[in-house]
Amino acid sequence: MDMPRNDVRPVDLDVYSTPKHLEHASEQARARSYQDFLIVDVDSHHYENEHYSEVFQYIESPVIRREAMEGASRRTGILNTQVGYQNTGGRIHRQKFRGKEKPKAGKHADIMLTLDWMDAMGVDYTCLFPTPMLFLGLHPQVEIETAMCRAYNAWLCERILANEPRIVSMLYLPFNDPEAAYRTVKDFGEKKGVVGFMVTSPRYKPVHDNAYIKTYALLEEMGKPISFHAAYSWDDRALQMTNRFISVHALGFMWFNMIHMTNWVINGLPVRFPKLKVMWIESGLTWASGLMQRLDHSYMMRTSDAPALKEKPSHYMQQMYFSSQPMEMPDDKSVLEATFKMIKAETQLVWSSDYPHWDFDLPSTIYDLPFLKEQAKRNILGANAARLFGLNTKPVKKIP
Amino acid sequence: MAEWFVAKASEFADGDRRIVNAGRREIGVFHNSGAYYAYSNTCLHQGGPACEGMMINNVVDVFAADRTYQGQTYGDEMHFVCPWHGYEYDIKTGECVGDRKLKLRKFEVVKRGEDIFVVA
Repeated sequence: MDMPRNDVRPVDLDVYSTPKHLEHASEQARARSYQDFLIVDVDSHHYENEHYSEVFQYIESPVIRREAMEGASRRTGILNTQVGYQNTGGRIHRQKFRGKEKPKAGKHADIMLTLDWMDAMGVDYTCLFPTPMLFLGLHPQVEIETAMCRAYNAWLCERILANEPRIVSMLYLPFNDPEAAYRTVKDFGEKKGVVGFMVTSPRYKPVHDNAYIKTYALLEEMGKPISFHAAYSWDDRALQMTNRFISVHALGFMWFNMIHMTNWVINGLPVRFPKLKVMWIESGLTWASGLMQRLDHSYMMRTSDAPALKEKPSHYMQQMYFSSQPMEMPDDKSVLEATFKMIKAETQLVWSSDYPHWDFDLPSTIYDLPFLKEQAKRNILGANAARLFGLNTKPVKKIP
Repeated sequence: MAEWFVAKASEFADGDRRIVNAGRREIGVFHNSGAYYAYSNTCLHQGGPACEGMMINNVVDVFAADRTYQGQTYGDEMHFVCPWHGYEYDIKTGECVGDRKLKLRKFEVVKRGEDIFVVA
């Protein structure tokens, strides 16, 4: 029996392309008419390490620049790494096979690859973040974090953001050096595509230190949000007790943000900076609703420990923004609905994909929720982020 | 229900698989250890191409008689893995191994002479 060639196909694992990998996502985008409304992804990634030869050129110190470039071809270099078998033994194909993909010609390879997955999913704008640099806050040399941060930010602004209006970013803040963090906001805050600044959460500097106050004041004055992007650290004393990636990831991505959030609220930063917009990225949602209850409960018995607060801790947390991914999906959806209610999701939740990382979410994780009305879906998928980042609300994507 | 051509048996080696567009359905057909299996190619998680990922045996924690942990090895159960996020399915049943209440829709596979068909 002869059949049209496209009706039966083998599975060829040697052939990989982003549009092909995400064909089912494009089907979802067409079926749900994503073309008709704005979708903004507040947390996606690229692999900046694949462009270190370009990034290192932007390191301001000639000594560190030389060390970086000399080390690039060696087994060890100036940058720290982190244990983590994120692709689950090769089960996550885009991580295993992405090296086979040839980006389309045109703009920078990372622009072309990013636009490919954005269109495939139905995303209009994305806030792009690095990948290995999420662990840079754990580098033992503060000056390396600062040097690399400034080089990456300059490279990103010049090579990526300046050349593609659909890609924006909240730039890396070198938080271990408070003065450098302040200078970073000053120097990069008005660059094209810079919609805020991001602190990588795994680190050991308390957010309420007076050294950061002038940076928060500057961000508030500029109207630029500050975000805390979660990650894990298997070197953390407590997390060292875990023995599987599932454990260190599940706990680690909440752990540091729970600490920073607690310090942020209990030390009255929301009271001192009432107009500063704060976003918490990639910790899922359950940590936030749980911490609200936990802090509120303790606060009622220990108001003297948090005298700056005029309301319960949850009041301030409900004014912050939360990225959705990796959104927990309990079997009982009423649990998720309660979480949405606690964080005031209709105005404060912003969808994120985390693509291309192993646990990415599609827009359908929000769009298909049975308890949301159409306007709430559209707020979470795009309108809330557009308001926060000052983006045009007209859809510009091209779903294949 | 219609029968959709998958492959000639002689061209469908053991360990191989095909993706069949059967009308509006996409079905993954596996030839594994002498048997044929067919399941919906839409992952129950976020809709990824469930039948197009890695095929790998189940991982097993090894515990000694005294219940101490002795390491890990591979078991005898063959899984296919959704390449988007790693949801694993038992090839014999289509059950999602993380929650066996969840099952991919299963389709009958028939052989007529030299030709393999999936019924959908």
